[in-house]
Amino acid sequence: MKKIFSRPESMSKKPFHYCPGCDHGVIHRLIAEVIDELEIKNRTIGVAPVGCSVFAYDYFDVDFNQAPHGRAPAVATGIKRVRPDSIVFTYQGDGDLAAIGTAEIIHAANRGENITAVFINNAIYGMTGGQMAPTSLIGMKTQTSPYGRDAATAGHPIHMCEMIATLESPVYVTRVTINNPANLMKTKKALLNAFTLQKEGKGFSFVEVVSTCPTNWGKKPTDAHKWLTENMLPVFKLGTFKDTQGVEKS
Amino acid sequence: MSKWVINENLCKGCGICIARCPLKILAFADHLTSKGVHPAAMTDEAKCTSCAICARSCPDVAIEIYKEEK
Ligand SMILES: Cc1ncc(C[n+]2csc(CCOP(=O)(O)OP(=O)(O)O)c2C)c(N)n1
Ligand code: SF4
Ligand code: SF4
Ligand code: SF4
Ligand SMILES: [Mg+2]
Repeated sequence: MKKIFSRPESMSKKPFHYCPGCDHGVIHRLIAEVIDELEIKNRTIGVAPVGCSVFAYDYFDVDFNQAPHGRAPAVATGIKRVRPDSIVFTYQGDGDLAAIGTAEIIHAANRGENITAVFINNAIYGMTGGQMAPTSLIGMKTQTSPYGRDAATAGHPIHMCEMIATLESPVYVTRVTINNPANLMKTKKALLNAFTLQKEGKGFSFVEVVSTCPTNWGKKPTDAHKWLTENMLPVFKLGTFKDTQGVEKS
Repeated sequence: MSKWVINENLCKGCGICIARCPLKILAFADHLTSKGVHPAAMTDEAKCTSCAICARSCPDVAIEIYKEEK
C-alpha cells in the first residue's frame, strides 16, 4: 500500500481545540504542507494572532511567536528584519487583522516587508462569541448587531485584498476559499505561491481565505460552506488582485 | 491494510468528509468515541478510489489514505 495522504511533517501531533467543522484546521494543514514542500521547516517562524487561532503555535512543528491583538505584522516585521534568512508568516482573523490591527497590516504591506500574511476572514469575531467584525455582511445578525448589520451605523464590509492591492509594494494579493475540493486545492496553490515569493525575496504577499465559523453562524458544519458560497462570495469576490511577479502563470 | 484509516480520537463528527465523498461510501458510525461523537466510518472500502477528498477536507486531519500498489 502506498501512502496517499497523511498529516504533514510541519504539524504537531496535538489535536486542534477548534469547533467541529471549523476551517482553521484545514488552513493550518495547507500551510504545513507548503512548509514541507518548500523544505523550509527549520527556518520558518509563524506569528499567531489573538482570536480562535491564538494557539496556532501549538499546532505547527516550527518556531512561533504570539503577538498582541492585531500586531502580528509588526512582530513579523521585527523577526524578518533581524533574521532575514527566516521565512516569516502571520496568521490572523478578521477581528485581529481588519479591526484592531488595521494599521499594522496596511503599513507592513506598504513597506513591502518580505513576509507572508494569511488572513482568515470568517466575517465574525469567533473567539469572543460572535460579535460583528468589519467584514460582517450587511444584514448579518451577530451578538452586537442583533437586528443585522446596518451600513448607516456600522459601515460596509471591508475588502482587505482590494485595499492592499492599491498599494505599490505588495507583490501578491489574492482571495481564495476552501468551500469545495477544487477551491481547496487553489488555496493550497495560493499559499505555495505566497511562501515561494518570500523564499525568493520578492516581497509582501497577502492571502485572504474566506472561511467559516459554524458555531457563531449557528450553522451545521456541513451547511456552513453552502452559506459561505451563497452569502460571502458575492461580497468577497474570489480572485487575484495583484501578482507583479506573474507567479500564477509560472 | 486499509485504504481508509481514521484516528477516531481526532474526529469531531462534523460530517464534512461524509458530505464530500464523491462515492458516498462514508457514514457516521453507530458507536460513540470518548469525545462523545459518532465518528466517520467506511461503509464500502472496495469502492474507495483513494482520491483523498475526504482526508483533505477534514478540519481535524483525522483521516489517512493509502492506495493499492499496482
Ligand atoms: C486588546 C484586546 N482587545 C480585545 C480583545 C478581545 N478579543 C479576543 S479575540 C477577539 C476577536 C477575534 O476575532 P477574529 O480575529 O476574527 O478571529 P476568529 O476568532 O474569528 O478566528 C477579540 C476582540 C483582546 N483579547 N485584546
Ligand atoms: S468559534 Fe468559530 S472560528 Fe472559532 S473555533 Fe469555533 S467555529 Fe472556528
Ligand atoms: S478517498 Fe475518496 S472515495 Fe475514498 S472515502 Fe475518501 S472521498 Fe470517498
Ligand atoms: S471530516 Fe474529519 S472530523 Fe469531520 S467527520 Fe470526517 S473524519 Fe470526523
Ligand atoms: Mg473572525
